[in-house]
Amino acid sequence: MTVPSHRTASPHRPVPSREPVLDVRNLRVEYGGDGRSVVGADNVSFTIGAGEIFGLAGESGCGKSTVANAVMRLLKPPAQITAGSILFDGRDVLAMDPRELRAFRWREIAMVFQSAMNSLNPVLTIGEQIGDIFTTHERMRKRRARARSGELLELVGIDPARLKAYPHQLSGGMRQRVVIAMAVALKPTLLIMDEPTTALDVVVQQEIMAQIGDLQRELGFSVLFITHDISLMVELSHRMGVMYGGRLVELAAAKELFAQPLHPYTQALMNAFPPLTGPRVELTGLADTPRTEHGCGFHAHCPDDRSDCSTNIPDLREVAAGRFVARTGGGAR
Amino acid sequence: MSVLDSRTEPAAPRTAPPDADAPKAPRARAGLLRSLLANRKALFGAVVLVLFVLLALLAPLIAPGDPSKINSLGAGAPSASHPLGTTAKGQDVLALTLWGARSSLLVGFSVGIAATALAVLVGMASAYFGRLVDDVLSLVTNIFLLVPGVPLLVILAAFMPPGTTTVILVLVVTGWAGSARVLRAQAKSIRGKDFVAASVVTGERAVRIMFREILPNMASVVMTTLLGCVIFGIGAQAGLEFLGLGDASVVSWGTNLYWAGNDGALMTGAWWVFVPSGLCIALVAFALAMVNYAVDEITNPRLRARRPRTATKKG
Amino acid sequence: MRYILRNLGFYLLAFWASITLNFMLPRFMPGDPVSRMFARSQSQMQPEQIDQLRRLFGLDHRPMWQQYLDYVKDVCTGHMGISISRFPTPVSEVIASQIGWTLLLGGTALVIAVVIGNLLGILAAWRRGGVLDSVFPPLLVFAGSFPYFWLAMGALYLFGMTLGWFPMRHAFDVGFSPDLSWAFLSNAASHLVLPALTIVLVSIGGWMLGMRNTMIATVAEDYITMAEAKGLSPSRIMFRYAARNAMLPSVTNFGMALGFVVGGALLTEVVFAYPGVGFQLLAAVQGLDYPLMQGIFLTITAAVLVANFLVDLVHVRLDPRVRVR
Repeated sequence: MTVPSHRTASPHRPVPSREPVLDVRNLRVEYGGDGRSVVGADNVSFTIGAGEIFGLAGESGCGKSTVANAVMRLLKPPAQITAGSILFDGRDVLAMDPRELRAFRWREIAMVFQSAMNSLNPVLTIGEQIGDIFTTHERMRKRRARARSGELLELVGIDPARLKAYPHQLSGGMRQRVVIAMAVALKPTLLIMDEPTTALDVVVQQEIMAQIGDLQRELGFSVLFITHDISLMVELSHRMGVMYGGRLVELAAAKELFAQPLHPYTQALMNAFPPLTGPRVELTGLADTPRTEHGCGFHAHCPDDRSDCSTNIPDLREVAAGRFVARTGGGAR
Repeated sequence: MSVLDSRTEPAAPRTAPPDADAPKAPRARAGLLRSLLANRKALFGAVVLVLFVLLALLAPLIAPGDPSKINSLGAGAPSASHPLGTTAKGQDVLALTLWGARSSLLVGFSVGIAATALAVLVGMASAYFGRLVDDVLSLVTNIFLLVPGVPLLVILAAFMPPGTTTVILVLVVTGWAGSARVLRAQAKSIRGKDFVAASVVTGERAVRIMFREILPNMASVVMTTLLGCVIFGIGAQAGLEFLGLGDASVVSWGTNLYWAGNDGALMTGAWWVFVPSGLCIALVAFALAMVNYAVDEITNPRLRARRPRTATKKG
Repeated sequence: MRYILRNLGFYLLAFWASITLNFMLPRFMPGDPVSRMFARSQSQMQPEQIDQLRRLFGLDHRPMWQQYLDYVKDVCTGHMGISISRFPTPVSEVIASQIGWTLLLGGTALVIAVVIGNLLGILAAWRRGGVLDSVFPPLLVFAGSFPYFWLAMGALYLFGMTLGWFPMRHAFDVGFSPDLSWAFLSNAASHLVLPALTIVLVSIGGWMLGMRNTMIATVAEDYITMAEAKGLSPSRIMFRYAARNAMLPSVTNFGMALGFVVGGALLTEVVFAYPGVGFQLLAAVQGLDYPLMQGIFLTITAAVLVANFLVDLVHVRLDPRVRVR
């Protein structure tokens, strides 16, 4: 399998420092209610270093967004963080009181949501919505905030005159740029991008990704990048994790993981995308058997001894330096 | 573009699915009934309603004879022989209230059923045929919605020969439009579903599609509009009769209140004359509203007090 | 402005439909109501006035189409015939002398109910499961279950008769004449309390529940999560982001709700002998005063339509998306 050639060439990626900015440990999120609860994320641990781009891949419903929302403490009932810790620059995010949390949000971690149309308030102008950030966090006057908002729009290549526009008056790509401009407004340390280009067509997708790359190089923030598009992710990220059923099943440097996926789910996920060039290959579905309480969904093809994981997905084990995989047996296959 | 594309997912729980109760109708209805019985509000409403229906049916046994008969001195406060007192004319208030339930419930439910039936027809036709039919029917519906109800009721009732039939007819004419609008919207969304498209393609008859494919899937909405129409019917009947536009010789909660007002029950402090009938109207309407509330909660989980398994994990 | 023009056209159409209904009722209804009316009140009328009424109800022998055209023309120029119960005052004069009180009562009650109801709805949805969310809805639904006029009777009996806190009938006491003096205004205000309170009590539940339900849907929107992620203050998110959007359906429903409130106001007036058009409507019903009934119907319909149009203008101000539509 090759990296699809229609994408822009890999951006230049400096090796990031290993000092973690974000440290998520044993995170568990449960969706409760009516006496039974569903686990949205289970025992998820990962770190993101300064300036690092960390990818989180997996199919819809695997818990990627749950993790992202948990990091900013945006989960609403019935979702609840029931175990684990989230440290940001050494500060305990889960222990912050509402006031600290408000100051922390957006200044330290900003987020680009999946759909720009839905994440912009339809009845406020773009200018009001960007200006909000400055009036809230920097206590700026309205006029000053408007000037800064204009500068931000220019940064993402939009005419500042569009500050007066309402979201519905902009194209999908422009709206996503506006959201990205908002995200970098306070020069956050970490930017979470939850499927930032899903709702856009391929050409616009490329432009937006290029824009994000430029901004990242310029401002040096870390990125938690979430997508189901694994080839796009490999191209952009330094390290990446693959999530399945609320658990991380593989965690490694992006290139290594791409060259040699160790977990059957990772392999399945990669095969789910057709390469645009090269010979035709048959697409395979994801799980080879439905996931039940008796098996993780991959047990039929799993080369390992399943005595441990027959009821659940096993914990991550380090199989080589910096390579983790959730399998009971070791090594490459 | 890909099998993983999250756009093909039903977009998580953002918009409450209008037809949460599945395309398989019989099971959906049974489920609705069962959930209703398990719901405290619905149970309360049902008990109150059954109680009132029983009282209405048993009126001739509990208070035999003509309720309007004058059988004591006027304006007596509640006593052993007249538990709810007597009117200024000397009629027994308990008897009037019990007998009044018969007319009020009859008119209320007749209006509810007839108005809902009309609304279902209009809503279905609008949604199924679309285009011009929809435009015209929507226009008519909106006009009826916009024109203020009470004055319209008054001029209609005033020009028609007085009587219970007139009251029912007039209330149906003024009461169907709101339901039609709700039902049209619902039917339209079901009309757009694949299983309806499939029926159209296989050449099923329009009437069959409307009433066998679409209608069963909106059972809960039909039920809410029906209950809403009954509430409207009972209240509006009372209003009409209170204005003197009903048949003043019929005993109903509305005419009881009309006579209470006319005979100056308020001025003489005879609260027992006007309290029972009004309280009955309110209790029945409240019971219906509670059942309605429960149906809403069951079909729209978002409104429930403690949100139940919104288990759809977001990816 | 296509949205505005389209709606304006619709309102004109609705008004035309009302006029047509009015035209048809006396002409095509079985039971000959008009003869009944004449039989009852002919003796006290002048011949030329009888002629005018015959013309109004189509008892002269002009062709139907001409009657219709004349009728529409008459209505549009404000000629709605002569009142029978307040003979020989023209209907338009009777209504003009009373519509002000109805507007005052309905307007006051409406504004109070809308403002308080929506605020309660916003707060209830914001604190799901809180006191406001669990105690108020059933209470207000219960209050809303009472017929307007019955609640009015209860309020009259309790606060007017028994406790004597507020005056029981009319819009102001005998001995006052309408002017802008403090004494008159406070007297009129005290007469307004009970009728307005009744209407507010019955209608507030609908506003609260409607707002609460749309708020709950709105709070689940992505832009609310985004606003939270931006670290905005809760009050700003609640009002500028959530309520501002949840208000929009409320605004469009306002027009429909208006009809109900007007109806309630009419019945409430009857109980309090409040000198508005509702009270007059009762007199018209009792006196078989068809011209007045029809005049009141048309006037109120026109008022509701105009109010709807104003609401549309507000809606356009509030929702930028309709502006382009």
